[in-house]
Amino acid sequence: MDQTIEHGLDTLIACPKCDALYRVGTVNKGDWGRCERCHTRLFTRRRDAGLVIISTAFASTVLVIAALFLPFIEIKRLGFSNAATIVDAALAFYGGPLFGLSLAVVALIIALPLTRLVLTLYTLTPLVLDRRPWPGAKRAFRFSEAMRPWSMAEIFVVGCAVSLIKLTDLARVEIGPAFWMFVSVVVLMAVQNMVMCRWSVWKALDR
Amino acid sequence: MTVTAREKGLIACRECARVWPVGHTRCEVCGNAIRSRDTQCLQKVWAWWIAGIIAYIPANLYPMLKTRTLFHTSEDTIIAGALDLATHGAFGIAAIILIASVAIPLGKFFAIAYLALAVRRGATWPPGRQYILYEVVEYIGRWSMIDVFVVAILCSLVQLNVAASITPGIAALTFALSVIFTMLSAQSLDPRLIWDRIEAQETKDTA
Ligand SMILES: [Zn+2]
Ligand SMILES: [Zn+2]
Repeated sequence: MDQTIEHGLDTLIACPKCDALYRVGTVNKGDWGRCERCHTRLFTRRRDAGLVIISTAFASTVLVIAALFLPFIEIKRLGFSNAATIVDAALAFYGGPLFGLSLAVVALIIALPLTRLVLTLYTLTPLVLDRRPWPGAKRAFRFSEAMRPWSMAEIFVVGCAVSLIKLTDLARVEIGPAFWMFVSVVVLMAVQNMVMCRWSVWKALDR
Repeated sequence: MTVTAREKGLIACRECARVWPVGHTRCEVCGNAIRSRDTQCLQKVWAWWIAGIIAYIPANLYPMLKTRTLFHTSEDTIIAGALDLATHGAFGIAAIILIASVAIPLGKFFAIAYLALAVRRGATWPPGRQYILYEVVEYIGRWSMIDVFVVAILCSLVQLNVAASITPGIAALTFALSVIFTMLSAQSLDPRLIWDRIEAQETKDTA
C-alpha cells in the first residue's frame, strides 16, 4: 500500500485548504475539479486556457499602462476644473506625513497588478509555445500567486464609482477614458482567474 | 469518507497541491516550505489581530477627510462622513461606506478571533460552516480598502483652488494599516486546522 503511494505521488492532489487527498482524474467531472468537502477549486479543465490567459494578460498590461496617464475623472466647479489620472490618485498622499500611504496605494493599484500581469506572461508564454520554461519561472509564478490578494485593481474601480457619487454634490463630474480602461482590465483579470489552473501550470513548470 | 494527506503519512504543499513523504520540509516542485500543519500559526494570527485592532481605534477617532469649500470647512471621521451623506439623501453610498469601513472590519475581528479560538478549544459550529466563515473573511477583507482609495481619489481630484479642496486626514493611514494587518492575520491561519476537528471527531465516534 505504502509502496504504491510512494510511486504514484505525482498522481495525487491534496486540497490546499483542507488537506483532503485525491487521485488525479477521480475528482468530480465537469469543467472545474472541486474538493468534495470544502469545494475549493483544485483544477480547471480547459484546453485553450493558456492562450486565453496570455492574451488577456497582454491586453490588460497594455490597457493598464495606457490608462495610467489618461484622466479617469474630471470635475468642474465655479469655473475651476481639475482632472486626475490614476498616478495622481495613487500619489494623493505624497509629500506629507502620509507619504507611506502613497507608496502603499501605488503598490496596491498599479505596481502589484502590473507585476502580476508581467510575471504571468513570463511564466506562461513559453508553456503555451511548448518550449522549456524560462529561468526563474517557478519563483515568478509563486510570487505572482502570493501577491494575488494584494492586487486591488477591482477594488479601486469600485472606489472610483463611490467617489463619483460623493462628488456629484460638490461639482460637475465627468468620467474619463482611463476609468473604462480599468473596468475592462478588471473584467479581463476575472476571466483569466476563471480559466487559470494552478495545478496544470505547476505540472508544466516541473517538466 | 475523506482521506487526508496527513492520514496517509504525506505532507501536502499548499502552493501547488503536490504531496511528499514525511521528512520533506520543502516542496520539490515549487520550492515552497511545507508542513503537515502550521501549528505555530495561531501566534502570528493573534499578533496581527492585535495590531489590526490597535490601528483601527485611531482610524475611527481622527478625521479621514478635511473638506474646504468657499464658505465652509469640515473634518469628517468615517462615521460622521457616512452620516453626513445619509442626511443629504445618499443612503446607498452611506450604506456602502458604513459596510466597508465599519461592519466589515468589526465583523472580521470577531470572525478571526472566533476561528482562532475554535481551532484551539473547539466550537459549536461544524467545520464546514467555520470554513465558510474563513472563506468570507479572506474574500471580503480586502474590500475594506475601498475607503482609502476613495480618500485618495477625492484628494487628488478636488484641488480647485478657492472653490473646493479636500485633504487627507491621519485616519486614512491608520485605517489602511488596520486593513493590511487584519488581512495578514487572516492569511496566517492554516485552514487545514479547521478541518482537523472532523478527523478527531470521527475517530472518537468509531472508537
Ligand atoms: Zn478541500
Ligand atoms: Zn509545491
